[in-house]
Amino acid sequence: MTRSDPNAGTLAIRLLTLAGLLALWEALGQTGLVFGEALPPMSAVAAAAFNEFFGVAFYRHLAVTLGEVAGGFVFGVLPGVAVGLVFGARRVLGTAADPYIAALATTPKIVFLPVVMLAVGIGPGSKVALGAISAFFPVVIATVAGMRAIPAVFVRVGRAFNLDAWQMMRMVYLPALAVPLVTGLRLGLGVCIIGVLLGEIKLAKAGLGFLANDYYAQYNFAELYAIVAIIFALAALANAAMSRLVRRAEAHR
Amino acid sequence: MPRRLAPALWGLAALLVLSAALEALVRSEALPKLVVAAPSDTVVAIWHLVAEEGLLGALGATLLTALGAVAAAIVAGLPAGYWLYKHPRFGRAYRNWLGALFAAPLVLVYPVVLVLFGRTYVSTGFMGFIVGVIAVVLYTREGLAAVPLTLVRVGRAFNLTPEQEFWKILLPAGAPMIFTGIRLGTIYALVNIIGVEFLINFGGLGFVVSEAYDKFDIPGMYGAIVFVILVSGGMLWLLKRLQLWLRPA
Repeated sequence: MTRSDPNAGTLAIRLLTLAGLLALWEALGQTGLVFGEALPPMSAVAAAAFNEFFGVAFYRHLAVTLGEVAGGFVFGVLPGVAVGLVFGARRVLGTAADPYIAALATTPKIVFLPVVMLAVGIGPGSKVALGAISAFFPVVIATVAGMRAIPAVFVRVGRAFNLDAWQMMRMVYLPALAVPLVTGLRLGLGVCIIGVLLGEIKLAKAGLGFLANDYYAQYNFAELYAIVAIIFALAALANAAMSRLVRRAEAHR
Repeated sequence: MPRRLAPALWGLAALLVLSAALEALVRSEALPKLVVAAPSDTVVAIWHLVAEEGLLGALGATLLTALGAVAAAIVAGLPAGYWLYKHPRFGRAYRNWLGALFAAPLVLVYPVVLVLFGRTYVSTGFMGFIVGVIAVVLYTREGLAAVPLTLVRVGRAFNLTPEQEFWKILLPAGAPMIFTGIRLGTIYALVNIIGVEFLINFGGLGFVVSEAYDKFDIPGMYGAIVFVILVSGGMLWLLKRLQLWLRPA
């Protein structure tokens, strides 16, 4: 037990684990021992991912997905913040709405897809809407929680200085809200990505979700695994970027 | 008591007013009937779904799948969390990975799961299991690591075997946090299961929503969605109650 460098041990464990898992995957895939054709070897999946990166089609689908995620995020976050501010500022209103917000937030958003498709059609608009519905709830909940956590003293000082509603928002509420708000945005972006991609998988003509479903339907399993892996990498990247933003907001406080 | 009840009554009143407004908008055809179902039709549709389309059976299928997934998550996750607690080097090495997985959009692996297990309850259950087990492992490790050292030392002073230490000291002291993991895991599992049922037209509640849409039964579709919301809210409430009961304030 070397106590001098615990991080070295951590790194070694991680590398060994990773290598072991990849080797196991490769072995299972090559031999077809457990899942047969359904589990392509890791090397085949890596090759498929490599091919995607050098094809044009991939980038077309990526652009569609990114556009839908961006749209969904904006249309979910803006009303989410607005509703959160109102519910957070008016306690009775917020308490009355709490159980409904909580129940809706827990509901799998994908079941709203039929409603959304009836309302705006089966095109990219439905994915944007599903992403927006998904992003809305974590943002509302984080904003309300942030508003409630603002010390009453801050608000009283603001009132004592006779600040108007806009000044209160800009000088009292928003600075105190930065951390919960950015945290809400991080969660919101995560579920927005899920909403958009699930919508694409269910019914779409373009996007990474569509691409994954297309490969599935054609039994191109290596390509399917590659797309899913790429989707995960992109989602992890987005999450890491948002986490950085959260840490910056925390450092700023 | 009335003070606590007042917001709930306001909420209910607002819900009724909004429903009445929606009813009026649909009846007056300001909102197209092919897009929005009137609330009254939705309520009737829920009854119809219960009486003729086996909605309660679908609820049972979803809940049983979730129960199986969560049970498997506990059976696998509790020992794994304990192991990570007992081997802090591995705990440190895997903690961030587990956190990242917990935040990852795991539901998106469902096409892969479908390839492996087909359109079966194993697939929907597995989709619930993977989110549930991560929550249980993560919170078990954290709960055990947060057990006050004094308690552990008292156990050592009494010469407890590792088994006794786990059952008499670690588990009771870590229980609140561990249950938080089980609670989150259950909710995530339920969300994933219903979502995947909808996506693959198979199983319980998610399948009912999907089928109503395919049949273009608009009130039925709204009814099924409202029912899913009620089930989600009910489950949330039940689990919170259970947690309060486990740890009275």
